[in-house]
Amino acid sequence: MRLGMNIVVLVKQVPDTWAERSLKSSDNTLDRESVDAVINEVDEQAIEAGLRLIEAHGGEVTVLSMGPDRASESIRKALSMGATKGFLISDAALHGACVMQTATVIAKALSTMEWDIVLTGGESTDARLAVLPALLAEATGAAQLTQARKVTVEGSTVSVERVNEAGYSVIQASTPAIISVLEGTNEARYPSFKGIMAAKKKPLQTVNLGDLGIAADEVGLAHATTAVTSFENRPPRQAGAAVKDEGDGGVKIADYLASRKLL
Amino acid sequence: MPGRNLAALIDIDRLLSDEERAIRDTVADFLSDHVRPNIADWYENAVSPKELAPELGKLGLLGMHLEGYGCAGTSAVAYGLACQELEAVDSGLRSFVSVQGSLSMFSIHHYGSEEQKQEWLPQLAAGDAIGAFGLTEADHGSDPAGMSTRAARDGSDWVLNGSKMWITNGSVADVVTVWARTEAGITGFLVPKGTPGFTARDVPRKLSLRASTTSELAFDNVRLPASAQLPEARGLRAPLGCLSEARFGIIFGAMGAARDSLLATLDYADTRVQFDRPIAGFQLTQEKFADMTLEVVKGMLLALHLGRIKDAGELRPEQVSLGKLNNVREAIKIARTCRTILGGAGITLDYSPMRHANNLESVLTYEGTSEVHTLVIGQALTGLSAYR
Ligand SMILES: Cc1cc2nc3c(=O)[nH]c(=O)nc-3n(C[C@H](O)[C@H](O)[C@H](O)COP(=O)(O)OP(=O)(O)OC[C@H]3O[C@@H](n4cnc5c(N)ncnc54)[C@H](O)[C@@H]3O)c2cc1C
Repeated sequence: MRLGMNIVVLVKQVPDTWAERSLKSSDNTLDRESVDAVINEVDEQAIEAGLRLIEAHGGEVTVLSMGPDRASESIRKALSMGATKGFLISDAALHGACVMQTATVIAKALSTMEWDIVLTGGESTDARLAVLPALLAEATGAAQLTQARKVTVEGSTVSVERVNEAGYSVIQASTPAIISVLEGTNEARYPSFKGIMAAKKKPLQTVNLGDLGIAADEVGLAHATTAVTSFENRPPRQAGAAVKDEGDGGVKIADYLASRKLL
Repeated sequence: MPGRNLAALIDIDRLLSDEERAIRDTVADFLSDHVRPNIADWYENAVSPKELAPELGKLGLLGMHLEGYGCAGTSAVAYGLACQELEAVDSGLRSFVSVQGSLSMFSIHHYGSEEQKQEWLPQLAAGDAIGAFGLTEADHGSDPAGMSTRAARDGSDWVLNGSKMWITNGSVADVVTVWARTEAGITGFLVPKGTPGFTARDVPRKLSLRASTTSELAFDNVRLPASAQLPEARGLRAPLGCLSEARFGIIFGAMGAARDSLLATLDYADTRVQFDRPIAGFQLTQEKFADMTLEVVKGMLLALHLGRIKDAGELRPEQVSLGKLNNVREAIKIARTCRTILGGAGITLDYSPMRHANNLESVLTYEGTSEVHTLVIGQALTGLSAYR
């Protein structure tokens, strides 16, 4: 029997959520140049969940990302937090890939590895589709445990607390399983300086579509199942209306909210 | 987006390695999550950040540029960059880390016995213990060679008498590196908290470095075992060597305070409207911004230049003086100029520049005053000492 678990954490590099984000007018895809790139915030919690599982049960965390070469920065950060090794799928032909293509490519990559659990964040802050975990479960035949706020493992049984409107329900499955975690699952650790220095020496494998046996002319913007047909920038912020409190401030605010149909 | 515009003008990242940037960004992330939101209150209420020590230890910040004994062993440049982020939040926080790593831990790492290193360094690195460094006395500041604290042999023990003044972390420290005169010259001792005869009292009514503890230490017939002596420290050169380490961090740190002042003020000037236009649009304001940005870029380049020399193992003390003199002097000018742009709003703790300026008053004086560093440079250039 193998010792410990093999966990794959999917990490997406996204434009900084706090920055002014935009699409490119040339092809309506994300403008990655003008904004800082960061790890999708909730993915950090997926990394944390993975690290805690191997700290408790032993094993390895592999960080997998599909994205431009620069996404290796996000993988390095995960390695500096304590992940074991990295796997980057990078190919110019993937520019503008839709979520269906992403699922196909990642499933293909997963088929080249041994894994018990795949952990992902619940959604990415740029596309906000939240369907990738389900698509991956379908493509790999693994159990689907989404919207988890807590993950525990016993032997080959994985249990999660799945958040729903009423509170949460406990769902169990046998490995292999695909688990997506929600914001607030656990606070992600900061990389330590020793971790940062050790990350440099950890293996990071980069593959392209050819390596995965996927034809470049089946993917990318031209074959995407979804398309952005047009977009507009957010209108510039209007000067706010100042409400002067002459003893009737509360009424004025209520009137204002009512006029905006917020009351 | 003043922040992005300033970063684009400075564009220093291209001179840093991935690892250096990762360390800097980790420090910045941690501080913006856990410290920045509280710092104005800590300053106002004179709260020193000692509760943060275990968190700082977990990151690897304490004694980060030292090797072994639980220390991270980073480059000098990485240490400088961490100081820059710390001081961008508050000079008091950077002082805490400087004293812990470069004065307390460095003195033990460099001059301590193997037993002293084993006993103290891992807990100091983890932030489970706090360190301090006592050289200055009330009557002996710039000229510590005249110190009157004394240690005399009694059998194999030492008996320590005297007092120290202006000691950062003094009353909160678990161990203090104390410098005293002995028959053999200036000698270092490790004095643990609670040693009979050793008392500490905080300096009250400070207007600067309020988020940092500064204390007066008294030693009244303090009996120490022979093993308390730092065996490798000989003469005044030993404490001066530690100070050179801490000073190096200040060269980077001061530019952090300057950068933060500039950013806060650029933001403000963008939205503050007078005479029907943002004050950022007035030529006089723009001249201030341009001049300050120039000094920040120059100061950061100087810091990095000195950092690279230090990593090559060839940094000379007079070069450290050059960096400290310039960068602290310019940083305090920048913080004060920023305050003018903030107008009346600038005199409250709602904006960082005046807090930075007040802090930098201490930074200008400790670790060698500007005047003393000027004389060090003068001596290096002319071969003539102008001290006495
Ligand atoms: C907040 C704070 C924290 C500190 N923390 C520590 C600490 O942890 N450990 C420690 O040991 N010390 C610490 N110090 C002490 C600090 O290093 C001294 O304050 C500094 O060395 C100056 O000494 P002094 O204050 O006695 O000033 P003085 O030496 O009396 O200087 C007064 C003025 O005279 C000038 N001057 C002196 N000699 C000359 C000369 N030859 N030519 C021209 N001008 C001269 C000085 O530049 C200065 O302008 C701290 C100080 C402060 C304010």
